[in-house]
Amino acid sequence: MAQLSAIELSQVSSQVRRDILRMVHACKSGHPGGSLGCADYFAALYFNILNHTPDFKMDGIGEDVFFLSNGHISPVFYSTLARAGYFPVSELSTFRRLNSRLQGHPTTHEHLPGIRIASGSLGQGVSVACGAALSKKLNEDKGLVHVLMGDGEIEEGQNWEAFMFAAHQKIDNLIVTIDFNGQQIDGSTREVMGIGNDIEAKLLAFGWDVLHMDGHNFEDILKVMNIAKSHAGKGKPIFIMMKTEMGYPVDFMMGSHKWHGVAPNDQELENALSQLPETLGDY
Amino acid sequence: MKKFEVQNVKDTRSGFGAGLSVLGKENPKVVALCADLTGSLKMDAFQKAHPERFFQAGIAEANMMGVAAGLTIGGWIPFTGTFANFSTGRVYDQIRQSIAYSHKNVKICASHAGLTLGEDGATHQILEDIGLMKMLPGMTVINPCDYNQTMAATLAVAKHQGPVYLRFGRPAVPNFTPENQTFEIGKAVMLNEGKDVSIFATGHLVWKAIQAGEKLAEMGIDAEIINIHTIKPLDEDAILKSITKTGCAVSAEEHQMNGGLGDSIAQLLARRMPAPLEMVAVNDSFGESGTPDELMKKYGLEADNIVAAVLEVLKRK
Repeated sequence: MAQLSAIELSQVSSQVRRDILRMVHACKSGHPGGSLGCADYFAALYFNILNHTPDFKMDGIGEDVFFLSNGHISPVFYSTLARAGYFPVSELSTFRRLNSRLQGHPTTHEHLPGIRIASGSLGQGVSVACGAALSKKLNEDKGLVHVLMGDGEIEEGQNWEAFMFAAHQKIDNLIVTIDFNGQQIDGSTREVMGIGNDIEAKLLAFGWDVLHMDGHNFEDILKVMNIAKSHAGKGKPIFIMMKTEMGYPVDFMMGSHKWHGVAPNDQELENALSQLPETLGDY
Repeated sequence: MKKFEVQNVKDTRSGFGAGLSVLGKENPKVVALCADLTGSLKMDAFQKAHPERFFQAGIAEANMMGVAAGLTIGGWIPFTGTFANFSTGRVYDQIRQSIAYSHKNVKICASHAGLTLGEDGATHQILEDIGLMKMLPGMTVINPCDYNQTMAATLAVAKHQGPVYLRFGRPAVPNFTPENQTFEIGKAVMLNEGKDVSIFATGHLVWKAIQAGEKLAEMGIDAEIINIHTIKPLDEDAILKSITKTGCAVSAEEHQMNGGLGDSIAQLLARRMPAPLEMVAVNDSFGESGTPDELMKKYGLEADNIVAAVLEVLKRK
């Protein structure tokens, strides 16, 4: 796919954010906060960084592949995939409805193009990505494996097993990005489980290459993601600390964990949409 | 009663190891993962011959299951190896979401199942694993009875597309099924045709069922003995056909009564053809330390227990 510029990416992410809000509003459920916060990352990934084709093949041979570990931010994943041509954007209206391919959390069960693993029960994506990265090495496939995880999710012990494994096995075709928004359901990550400020030191101690990225600045996202790609093949798995704001940039949704898993009502939707230009046409 | 020749006495886990070695040579897509039990699982020969296709996961089974799921993306066929307890209960959610629900072609290979793990005691003697695995949609559950059959099953599951739970054990047991047999997943094996009672056994209890059949023959009871090596999908036709003839059944397994083979047969009979059924299984209890023989005796999983169950079920016929 053609690589979009930073300005073009901002148009994509604005539309993706409108999609997220409209999807969650329509079914009165879902997770808008983290989805909005990661819209810029997803736009950059699927419209610039990844070598991929919307003509989806599960095995992804010769392509970069992506896994979403924190599956609850499915709205941003679905909207991005649809906008990238994996399936019709009109299907976004079926999100969380009966008989939909767009389940509350992503799944391969309904054969939605673009999804390679079910996620939702947290902490499993990095392990799966390690396996997919080993698969690429065995296949002598130069494609990279990306995974996005949440910062609250890092509390799941399986992640630390995976961090240990990836470093030991020198899985250096793997780029893990953490959505470091500092919020989880019960409050700030600092209040719920005091691990947040030490994540970089912990990953370095586990033998990972750690980078930092501003998840709301396309120049920085493109720069850091390309640095990460250039670090591939150097013996270490790569970890990107992506600073984001939950709910960004909708003014009343930022600054707390309140919008983690709540749908906006009619007025709130209208208010939020007024802050996000319709760039590519609503579904 | 048909005579069965014991070729030798071998552990079923060695049958798995031998099968995996053959797969290593014959199927270049097979990869193996083990959680620090390579020797116990008899995976060392594969590891030595194919180090590039073997991944040491360390004592981190949850990650191992996820890595196995990921390896399928790109066409590899992962075989995971650890004890049955750590292959199921410890990693149930990982299997459920990343393997079963995600339709990943992972072969979960589980040794040291049941009481015959022996002296390590109840922490390691899982008796719930068949139940846990058979409840997962799309999961195939196999429990072969001896070395030869475990080897054949290992070869067969590599050809099967979809997740499989392959259960085997630690102790040396009589190896009596044919060498180089063809293993058909989901197809029950008729061992002895009889007319008075059907005995459906799985895993280590298959040999005990044969021993019971010999004792019953001396008592003038003609038992049909069927090896149900695949608990899911269950060979319903074979079971119903047998019970149509005999009118009653006994199930035998090294597992909890809840969730095991007997439980599957009871469901089938209740739905399709009510008939008296007795179950030889562990009855809502954990195991304990002891030798395998002592434990099988104490928990009622011997040939004599099958004989007693047959005498009981015949009264209800």
